[in-house]
Amino acid sequence: MTSTVLRRRTLFPGLRGTRRVLVVAAALTVLALAGTFLLDPFRNFQLATAAAYFCATAGLTLLIGMSGQLSLGHAALMATGGYGYALTANALTEAGVTGVPRFLVALVVAVVTATLVGFLLGLAAARLRGPYLAGLTLAVVVAVPAIATVWSGVLRGDQGVQTAYDPVPAGLDRLIALEQWQAWVAILVTAVVVTLLALVRRGSLGLRMRAVRDDETAARLNGVPAARVKVTAFTLSAAGAGAGGAVLCFVTQSVSPGAYTLAFSLLLVVAVVIGGLGSIGGAAIGSVVVVMLPWLVGAGTAALDLPADLEQRLAGNLSVLVFGALLIVVMLVAPGGLAALRRRRPAPLPTSQPHPQQTPER
Amino acid sequence: MDRFAFLFATGLARGAVFALFALSLVLIWRAARIINFAQGAMALVATYLAFAVTGLTGSYLAGLVAGILGGAAIGFVVERGVMRRASHASPLTGVIIAIGLVMVLQSLLGILAGSAYRPMPAPFDQSPIFFAGVPLLSPYDLFVLVVALGVMGLLAVLFTRTSLGLQLRASAFAPEVSQMLGVRVNRMVTIGWMLSAAVAALAAMLLIPTELGLNPHSTDVLFVYAFTVAVVGGLDSPVGALLGGLVVGVLMTVVTGYLGSTIAPIGVLVLLLIVLLVRPGGVFSLREARTA
Repeated sequence: MTSTVLRRRTLFPGLRGTRRVLVVAAALTVLALAGTFLLDPFRNFQLATAAAYFCATAGLTLLIGMSGQLSLGHAALMATGGYGYALTANALTEAGVTGVPRFLVALVVAVVTATLVGFLLGLAAARLRGPYLAGLTLAVVVAVPAIATVWSGVLRGDQGVQTAYDPVPAGLDRLIALEQWQAWVAILVTAVVVTLLALVRRGSLGLRMRAVRDDETAARLNGVPAARVKVTAFTLSAAGAGAGGAVLCFVTQSVSPGAYTLAFSLLLVVAVVIGGLGSIGGAAIGSVVVVMLPWLVGAGTAALDLPADLEQRLAGNLSVLVFGALLIVVMLVAPGGLAALRRRRPAPLPTSQPHPQQTPER
Repeated sequence: MDRFAFLFATGLARGAVFALFALSLVLIWRAARIINFAQGAMALVATYLAFAVTGLTGSYLAGLVAGILGGAAIGFVVERGVMRRASHASPLTGVIIAIGLVMVLQSLLGILAGSAYRPMPAPFDQSPIFFAGVPLLSPYDLFVLVVALGVMGLLAVLFTRTSLGLQLRASAFAPEVSQMLGVRVNRMVTIGWMLSAAVAALAAMLLIPTELGLNPHSTDVLFVYAFTVAVVGGLDSPVGALLGGLVVGVLMTVVTGYLGSTIAPIGVLVLLLIVLLVRPGGVFSLREARTA
C-alpha cells in the first residue's frame, strides 16, 4: 500500500504536506458546492445523505484501515450524534434560539456526545483484538433499540425524536431550494470533518496508527503507546460518526432507532471496504455507492415490470445481496478496493522516471 | 418463588441452546481462528431447508435430519468456496467476508421466502409440567435440554476419544507439525467447518419454534447472545461455552421475566463489557489464547 496523498500529484503538483491537504480540500468543497446547482432537489437530498455517510465512513476508514480495529457498531455512534443533535436542537427551539446558531450548538453537542461514547468504547476496544472488538460493537448496535425504549421518556422509543426544520436563510432563499441548502450544510460540515481526519491520517498520529496495526509488539518496543493510539483512533472515528449522525438528522429532521440498525452499520463497513480500506477518497466513493446503488436497483426492478409480490421481495433485498457479494469479491480479489484499482493503472513504464515519493509505507 | 423456579428451568433449556450455538463458534475458532459472523445466517438457511422438508414429508424428524445435513453442506461450501481463498494477512479479512456472507444469505432468503414470519410448530407440548405443584419445564424444553446436552456430550467424546478428534485438535493447535506427521490439515479444517455449521443449524432449529419464529433475520439475536456466551466462556474452551451458555440463558430469562424483554439486549451488552474489561480473553481462556 502506498500513500494516496503523495501519489495524487496530478492535482496541484507544487504543494506538499498540510497545505496541500487544505488546498485540495477547499478546491473539492467549492466543486461540490458548485455541483449542487446542477442537481435537482432529490439528487441534492441524495448528495446530502452521501455527505453525512462520508463523515462516518471517513472516520471508520481511519479506524479499520489505519489502526486495524473493526467496528460493526458505528451506526450506534451515528445514532448518538443524531440524538444529541435532535435533543439539543429541540431544547434550543424552546429557548427561542433558531437558525444557524441552533445548528452549530446542536452539532457541537452531537459531536461531543458521540466522541465521549466513542472514548468509552475505545477504552474497551484498546484491550481487544479484531473479532472480539467486532463482537462488542455488534452488541452495542443491537442494544440501540433497547436503549431507546428503556429511556423512552427522552428518546421516545421506536418513534424517535423529530426536530423543527431549518429553513434556507433569508437572502439565499430566492436563489436556492431547501434541498440545495441542506446539501450545502452537509458538504461544509463534511469538508471540515474529513479535512481534519485527512490531516490526522497523514500526520505522525497516522504513522503511529499504521505501526500499531502492522505489528503491535514492534510498535510498543519502539516507544509507541499502542493502547493510547488505539483509543485515540476510536475516539476520532466516533467524532466523525457523530457529525455524520447530526448532519443526517439535520437533513431528515428526525432520528429514530429504526434508522440505525445493524444492517446500516454493516453498510458503513461495506462503503469503507469497497472504496478501499484506509483510503479517504475510497470512503467517499463507497458512501456514494451505498446511497446510489439501492436507488439504482429500485429503479431497475421497477422498469422490469415484475409481478408485485416479487418486486416487493426484491425491493429491500437485491441491493443488500449486491452489497454482500461486492464485499466478498473485493476482499477475495482486490483487498485495496475501488480506490486501489485507480492507483494501479498507471503502471511504471520502462522509460518513465520513478517518482521519489513512491516509497512503500511498510 | 414458583415464578423464579419456572424462569430458572426455562432459562436452563434456553441456555443449553445458546451453549450449543456458542460451541459451534468455538469449533470454528479452534479449527480456523475465525469468528464466523455468518454462523447465524448459515444456520438459518439450514432451518429453512428443514422447514421445507417437514412441510413436504410431514415429519419433524425428517426435517431435523435434513437441516443438520444441510448445515454441514453449507459449512463445506462456505469453507471450500470462500474462506479458503481468503488472504490470511489480516484477521479482519475473514470477519469482513463473513459479514458479506450474512448479507448475501439473508437477502437470498428474503427474496426466495419473503420476509414474513412463518409459524414453525414445535413437535411437543409447550405447556409446563408441574413438579410438586410448581410449574417447571414444558416437554419441548425438556427435549431441547436433552438434545443439546446429548450433542455436546457426543462432541466431547468425538474430540477426546476418537482418532478423528485427535487429528482435529492437532491440526487446530499445530498445523505445520500435524501436516508433517501426516494429518490432512486442510481436510480437518473443512470437517471442523462442517461440524460447526451442523451444530449451529441444530441449535437454530431447536430455538426457532418457541423463541424466535422463522424469518430471514431470526438468528441475529441468537448469534449476538451466543457470541457473548463464547466470549464469556473464552473462545478456546468448550467447557466455558457450556457453562457460559447456561449462565447467560438463565440470566436472560430471569431478566426478561422480571423486567421485560427490552432490557435483555442491554443486559447482554453490560455482561460483555464487564467480562471483556476484566478478562479480555474470557473467563476460561488459556494464557496463549489472549495473544492469538
